[in-house]
Amino acid sequence: MVTTLEIRNLHASVDGDDDLILRGVDLTVRQGEIHALMGPNASGKSTLANILMGNPAYEVHEGEVLLDGENVLELEPDERSRAGLFLAFQYPVAIPGVTLANFLRHAINARMKAEDPDSKGIPIPRFARLMREKMTELHIDHSFAGRYLNEGFSGGEKKRAEVLQMAVLEPEIAVLDETDSGLDIDALRIVADGVNALTGPNMGALVITHYQRMLNYIKPDFVHVLYGGRIVESGGPELAHELEDKGYEWIRERHEALAQA
Amino acid sequence: MAVVRRRSALPQAPSYSLADVQAICDAHNEPEWLRARRLEAWEVYENTPMPYQEEEWRRTDYRYLRWNEAGAIIKANGATAAAVPEKNLEPLTGDEQGGLLLIVDGQVIRTELADALIRQGLIFTDLRRALLDHEALVEQHLMTKAVKATDGKFAALHAALWDYGVFVYVPRNTIAELPLHVVCYNTAAGTAIGHVLVALEDNAQATMQVEYASAETSGQSTYIGATELIVGDGGNLRYVSLQDWNRETFEFSHQRGVVGRDAQLDWVNGVMGSRLTKAFIEVDTVGTGANARVSGFFFADRDQFFDLDTQQNHNAPLTYTDLLFKGAARDSARTLWQGMIKSLPQMQRIDGYQVCRNLLLSNDARMDSIPGLEIEADDVACSHAATFGTLEEEPIYYLMSRGITRPQAQLMIIEGFFEELLQRIPFERVRQRLMDEIEAKIIG
Repeated sequence: MVTTLEIRNLHASVDGDDDLILRGVDLTVRQGEIHALMGPNASGKSTLANILMGNPAYEVHEGEVLLDGENVLELEPDERSRAGLFLAFQYPVAIPGVTLANFLRHAINARMKAEDPDSKGIPIPRFARLMREKMTELHIDHSFAGRYLNEGFSGGEKKRAEVLQMAVLEPEIAVLDETDSGLDIDALRIVADGVNALTGPNMGALVITHYQRMLNYIKPDFVHVLYGGRIVESGGPELAHELEDKGYEWIRERHEALAQA
Repeated sequence: MAVVRRRSALPQAPSYSLADVQAICDAHNEPEWLRARRLEAWEVYENTPMPYQEEEWRRTDYRYLRWNEAGAIIKANGATAAAVPEKNLEPLTGDEQGGLLLIVDGQVIRTELADALIRQGLIFTDLRRALLDHEALVEQHLMTKAVKATDGKFAALHAALWDYGVFVYVPRNTIAELPLHVVCYNTAAGTAIGHVLVALEDNAQATMQVEYASAETSGQSTYIGATELIVGDGGNLRYVSLQDWNRETFEFSHQRGVVGRDAQLDWVNGVMGSRLTKAFIEVDTVGTGANARVSGFFFADRDQFFDLDTQQNHNAPLTYTDLLFKGAARDSARTLWQGMIKSLPQMQRIDGYQVCRNLLLSNDARMDSIPGLEIEADDVACSHAATFGTLEEEPIYYLMSRGITRPQAQLMIIEGFFEELLQRIPFERVRQRLMDEIEAKIIG
């Protein structure tokens, strides 16, 4: 069965704030599909990513997010992750004293324990092998595993660490929140190669980006434009090129009324 | 009319007397010089009021210490190594041990020293044995170079009444490769007055860990301790101290490292146990090029009170001291770190750093940090900092977004906070054990 993420009529704001940032988002992402979500600054792209993963700093006012029919809005972030959802953070958080390897081992063990409370977790040699395989696959230096999570990482290293986590956890649906931001062209290519290696029949992706350039490397099946808290345009890859040629101005003109509603 | 009975404003004093000092000297047939030192210290003790409102004591209320319960010096009652938790006796490293000295209720239960170290002329024994076998060395070092009777009321009391101790001596140019391990364990309530004296001659090197712990008892206890770490020119001492007294123990201790020319001291101090700890932790760099790293970790829970008073004394030019303390507090615990970097005039080109990082885990806990500098030289690089943090939602959310449960995420963040410090302990299995103890405190 193909896993499906359905976002229905989603309204959301920053926690404790009445001003809605998302004002009725509808979007469906299936395992195996790559969707690009584009939009000008402040259109609500990152809010959507945060709401999907359950960031407590944001608040849902209305609507549903279903993962295979189950309402994930009622789940804690860890439950969402174990249900097959993944978010590559725009700003990954540094966790001093916790190595990337230790962190990922705990993440895997948490999955195993959720399935079987008596699970002893992944045996260390097997985990070490898995890490080596994934790091090789993603052209990541093996010393990376022993470094403290995101601490002192360059922008590119942080994004690669996010992709490595995605590779190890093998989600059904991954949301990539501006994974291209702050990357030079070489770093962007490496990250995109990683994402391309992981997408396929087993993973669906929602690639959030401000710029079209990311989509030169990650080929989306569908492109959506978020504006004024709603998806105002949807199409194929040609929509991204149109945005690159024309900028976001025509979106603003066409949907101005919406933004002011 | 109801009579309101006020507690006395001043802390109660223990009921020791000159006769107790004389009794100790007589009981052990101590040499004259030691008797003279004890009596001199007793005089200092008698002439010093119970500390209370002085700057370094005014935040430390120990008036709930009941000396009538806690003041009697603990006597050996036949307890053996079997009374000591296995974790304390576990070898520091998997390979050959340098030495183990086990003291239970003030009595030496076991003294082991590797043949290799014996052949090198290293002395690792209890202080009373050392007085018999190496009297001149003890006379030369005991409370003459590092901790002095005049350092404070409890230092004077210690000097007058110390009951047992550890003596480590590493001769010139001797490198003790294997670690030395000391365990001081008490099974009964009362007072323990223990001394640790470590002397490294020029170019000597050693690694050592001392552990303090006690069984649960029904009454209060005190530990009136002194630790002296004397590192000769070119020497190198790695010293780890781990304190895990029971929750009825009040520790008053003076600890001082003295670091000679081009010598190094790497000192890690862990405070987990006791009801109240008041520790003076000081390092004196006394020779050009001396280098001291002083690290501390502490985790206070329930009603624990830790007051750690550190001082870095730059008494020679071109010296370097680096102090990092990291602590957490939960429940209604309270911690206090007071740090000071001092330099005499003309002590140019010194680097002194001090940082205390605090992690506050409950609204009822309180943590204070008071850094300070008293620098009389002008060509110096000194800095001090204190930071305070709580468990923030953002990193918890980040860990949870990978499937890790909230309690596990909190645990990982707190353990990560301490990781940097625990990495300074040179024994893998000790680090693991301390992580487990920290985890136990977090889970409560």
